[in-house]
Amino acid sequence: MKASCWTGRNSVKVRDVPEPSILNSRDAIVKITSTAICGSDLHLLDGYVPTMQKGDIMGHEFMGEVVEVGPGIRNGKLRVGDRVVVPFPIACGACASCRAELYSCCENSNPNSGISEKLFGHPTAGIYGYSHLTGGFAGGQAEYARVVFADVNAFKIESDLSDEQVLFLSDILPTGYMGAELCDIQEGDVVAVWGAGPVGQFAMDSARVLGAEKVIAIDKETYRLDMAAAQGYATVDFEEVDVRSALLELTGGRGPDKCIDAVGMEATHGASHLDLYDRAKQAVRSETDRPHALRQAILSCRSGGVVSVIGVYGGLIDKFPAGAWMNRSLTLRTGQCHVQKYMKPLLGLIEQGSIDPTRVITHRLPLTEAATGYDMFKNKKDHCEKVVLKP
Amino acid sequence: MKTDTRFTSRLRHDPLVRGLGWTSALLGVPQVVAPADFARALGVDDTPRNRLATTAVGVRELAAAAGLLGRPHPAWLWGRVSGDLIDLASLTRALKNHDGRGLGRTVAATAAVSAITATDVYAAVTRTRGSAPMQLTATTTVTEPPDEVYGLWSDLERLPSFMAHLDEVRVTGPRTSRWRASAPFGKTVEWDAETTQQIPGRLIAWRSVDGADIDNSGEVRLEPAPGDRGTEIRVTLRYDLPGGALGKAAARYFGEEPHQQLDDDLRRFKQIAETGEVVRSEGAPGGKRARGEFPQHPARPLTEDELKEAAA
Ligand SMILES: [Zn+2]
Ligand SMILES: [Zn+2]
Repeated sequence: MKASCWTGRNSVKVRDVPEPSILNSRDAIVKITSTAICGSDLHLLDGYVPTMQKGDIMGHEFMGEVVEVGPGIRNGKLRVGDRVVVPFPIACGACASCRAELYSCCENSNPNSGISEKLFGHPTAGIYGYSHLTGGFAGGQAEYARVVFADVNAFKIESDLSDEQVLFLSDILPTGYMGAELCDIQEGDVVAVWGAGPVGQFAMDSARVLGAEKVIAIDKETYRLDMAAAQGYATVDFEEVDVRSALLELTGGRGPDKCIDAVGMEATHGASHLDLYDRAKQAVRSETDRPHALRQAILSCRSGGVVSVIGVYGGLIDKFPAGAWMNRSLTLRTGQCHVQKYMKPLLGLIEQGSIDPTRVITHRLPLTEAATGYDMFKNKKDHCEKVVLKP
Repeated sequence: MKTDTRFTSRLRHDPLVRGLGWTSALLGVPQVVAPADFARALGVDDTPRNRLATTAVGVRELAAAAGLLGRPHPAWLWGRVSGDLIDLASLTRALKNHDGRGLGRTVAATAAVSAITATDVYAAVTRTRGSAPMQLTATTTVTEPPDEVYGLWSDLERLPSFMAHLDEVRVTGPRTSRWRASAPFGKTVEWDAETTQQIPGRLIAWRSVDGADIDNSGEVRLEPAPGDRGTEIRVTLRYDLPGGALGKAAARYFGEEPHQQLDDDLRRFKQIAETGEVVRSEGAPGGKRARGEFPQHPARPLTEDELKEAAA
């Protein structure tokens, strides 16, 4: 079968590889009908996330049709022919974390959790196509994929919604939604979102659904800001204006009630002296992540507000504004998305028409052109916002 | 001294240790049976004080012989070293206060005891270092209640399904079992073990019986976790890696860092207890055989050959 494989730094190639097979009794094999390239795939592409190996299959956002189920799937929970969307974190459904609906912290699904334990203090869940740090699972940018603990991790779609309407239930829609949900949005809140990529866009939509009165998008790509403006959100171009001043201006000097960092560790633009500091530290490998967006969010948020982080951080950050955080009673909340928890309610919102996931799709390509998709998305060519691949 | 079987079997077959044991016996018997003659043979006066001292040294030698030949432990070797030092001290005093008769024999005896002391120090140092015991502990919590966790652990034949270095455990009797494990450099080691303690729902303890290639013992303690969260599991393993520190370094070099291995074993046990099986990925298809975490092949579906290997 064809699959998009990591072949080295900044190199993805579609290759012929064997088809996946059942390795655990609760596995299922899914014939992929749609898959997507995610912003966090870019951290793998450029080698930012360690432990990638040449030949690794990429992709953690995928859906398709079940073609084989393992003997451990009981009570007809999943049958050949079922149409399913697969959440990116692999959850066992049985450990204490899974029982508490903290699926991305599953204690059993990462066979390599020794590494993540050393890095993060405690193990994190396995993720498809997301380095060996998260388990060495083959990804879903392929013709077929193996779904692990499929009775917990294959979400059945029984209505006749199109692939494009439900595909993003696998990651970016729940991730954006969780970013807004963590903010504990109250009627009348002003919510600022750093990053107007696909996750940022869905965080904005979710904030509105959850009752925000005003939503502000912060980015530097005009086409992304235009996409947000088309939904009626205010915009701040951080290359044109000082973000904090602009946010104060938009909020009568209070600052946003709730701030969402949908950028993460590869942010490229901050206060210039701090930027230089980060670059120097990264060059000598004493800091791994660039927390520009996070610093700005903390400094801009109104006193007593909430800063929610859904952008990906991998290692250590420096110059964290602990003084602002503590002295101004800010709440900091975060998490890799617990996708399984949100799929059903979000499917409801899609069916009602409250959220339209297809609005972020700008490119549809055959799987064989995955490399082109990565290049466009990474380099923001042709106003690329979200690429869907069709095997 | 608490009986410690961990050192016993290897030292029992150690020629130097056995040689020293027999030397102690050969010296101890005449000292106890004919102390006066022995003292005279050393060129020391046959005074009641010297006779008593000779008898005492003889008793000490016999005890050391029994220890080294019966239940060998480095402590007996160090005991011999301290005995040697006392002997050297009294011979030095004898030399200083010597009246001249048989001086040559006393000098020769002093030289012999010096040589024995050197041998004993060498034996004690090398045998202690070579058998440094290692203790590993690890702990985890599983959502299952203690009785069920106990059931899984006490099924010894199931241990190899999650303990990476174990190839096979065969139950041979109500309290005995035969274990086979892989060791560094492609070797395998085998031993018989006996269950030493068993309290359902609370504790299982075992230890290897005499003659094991690697003397080892272990225990698993179970406790209900607070707040109805299942069971807290605490595992302790003690064993002697052959070659002591060198063996440890070699094992680490081959990615078999013992602490990490025990943590991984316990994680796989948790997977079995909570989900029923060991989780496999394309990068780590062997489940428990995913030893060391970096040396893996790419995360892409397995070829026919790799599948066969993973299933083996
Ligand atoms: Zn993603
Ligand atoms: Zn779990």
